[in-house]
Amino acid sequence: MPTEISREDVRRLVDQGAQLVEVLPAEEYEQQHLPMAMNLPLRELTRAQAERRLKHDRPVIVYCNDYL
Amino acid sequence: MSARAAWRLEETLGFRNVYRYTPGKADWLAAGLAREGEMAAVLRIGDVADRDVPTCGPGERVGDVRRRLQQVGQDVCVVVSKRRVVLGRVRVKDLEGDPDAAVEEVMDPGPVTYRPDTLLAELVEHLQQLPKGKANRILVTTSDGELIGLLRRADAERILEELHAQHADHAEHEAHAQAQASR
Repeated sequence: MPTEISREDVRRLVDQGAQLVEVLPAEEYEQQHLPMAMNLPLRELTRAQAERRLKHDRPVIVYCNDYL
Repeated sequence: MSARAAWRLEETLGFRNVYRYTPGKADWLAAGLAREGEMAAVLRIGDVADRDVPTCGPGERVGDVRRRLQQVGQDVCVVVSKRRVVLGRVRVKDLEGDPDAAVEEVMDPGPVTYRPDTLLAELVEHLQQLPKGKANRILVTTSDGELIGLLRRADAERILEELHAQHADHAEHEAHAQAQASR
């Protein structure tokens, strides 16, 4: 079950090497995103994309705009 | 959307350490933290707020706070909790009474606060719809209520005017350069 975290946790985990992923569409990512975040829109979150862009041996943090 | 992505990564795609930052980008920006992207350079009030604003606790003595403000030449002090959550605001003129009274007895407990990701231009436009003398000092806080800084209305208007002047200069320079190149 994915663990819900706060922004303080995000900073700490990213400092420790976690992969930060914005799952919003590219246009929204290009406007503004968190430092160090990569863009992997939900619609493009296929096995091939995930295997190509993400490493299994590091934590992954996903976020979108807010609770929705 | 992040819930679906997190579950997909963990259950379907086999990633083991998956976290979900549920409050997301809105929460991050409302805390005034660093950002990247095309809009990152657009000034927001968190970028220009004075982060060195005097603060005091609600139980401090009026006389002590007044003296501190005089020493640093400031006319306003933000009353904060131990976690820097804004509890109120006092101006020098609020501190002219009993020096032994507690600050919480004379503070304004309901100052309006703004989030740091508010666009500077939007704030100035909003302020200009208010009567002169209203909202001269804007408190900037995170969505959790923690103090980020204080922005004076005059400073906000001045910074925006300077930006507009810079853009106008830049546009004029570009037009001049294009005219030269086409000759």
